[in-house]
Amino acid sequence: MRKPFVRPMTGWWRRDPYFVRYMWREATALAVAAYAVVLMVGVWRLAQGQAAFDGWLQALRSWPSIVLHLVLLAAMVLHAVSWFEIMPKTMPMLFLGGERVAAATITRAGLAAAAAAALALLAVAWMLRP
Amino acid sequence: MTPGPPRSHAPIFWGLFGAGGMLAALLGPMLVLITGVLVPLGLLLPPDFMDHPRMLAFAQNWLGKAFLFFVISLFAWHAAHRIFYSLHDVGVPAGRLARLLCYGSALAVTLVAAGSLLAVGS
Repeated sequence: MRKPFVRPMTGWWRRDPYFVRYMWREATALAVAAYAVVLMVGVWRLAQGQAAFDGWLQALRSWPSIVLHLVLLAAMVLHAVSWFEIMPKTMPMLFLGGERVAAATITRAGLAAAAAAALALLAVAWMLRP
Repeated sequence: MTPGPPRSHAPIFWGLFGAGGMLAALLGPMLVLITGVLVPLGLLLPPDFMDHPRMLAFAQNWLGKAFLFFVISLFAWHAAHRIFYSLHDVGVPAGRLARLLCYGSALAVTLVAAGSLLAVGS
């Protein structure tokens, strides 16, 4: 068989700002994965006893960890915003009173729900503080 | 009853991706802020907020256990699915090995979390 021609695709996503945004959006999955691993190590150390768990807490207080979590925070915010930006396209069509609900309305409702959930979580944490 | 076409397992992974993505969008930013920034620095919340006896009690409570399990495992499945489908975009062939590594990692994270949460008892 002849060697088929393959069009070079290196750096394809840098050709268009739309693709760049797409790649950033997909890259947030790395942050979600990293945070899942951070929490998984936390519960794993918790199961091993106090000394192990204190080590995990100590690691969280280190500067590299704080910087990492600030990066993860930015990525999570990007994930949340882009998640609701594409939601009008990923969810089934929504009709209210015979009219199709506008994409911007769905996005705004999602972002409002995310803001409310974040505040609710902070409020619960505040009430559970020692 | 006539047998239909072979059923795909894709909807399961798509569902886990969607559930994890929604959970991460709603709670991810604040969770990262609390556990990774506010508590370690003692801002707004006290630095002993996540101390061992408190976190042990949280993980032993069924609600706390369920919360930790769903956050960790759904985040992992969401990320695994999204990374797998992005491999092609960065020029990595998304074959059997890539699939195994992506979803296998999510399964491993899920199993470690489940085992640890069971081990802390109730």
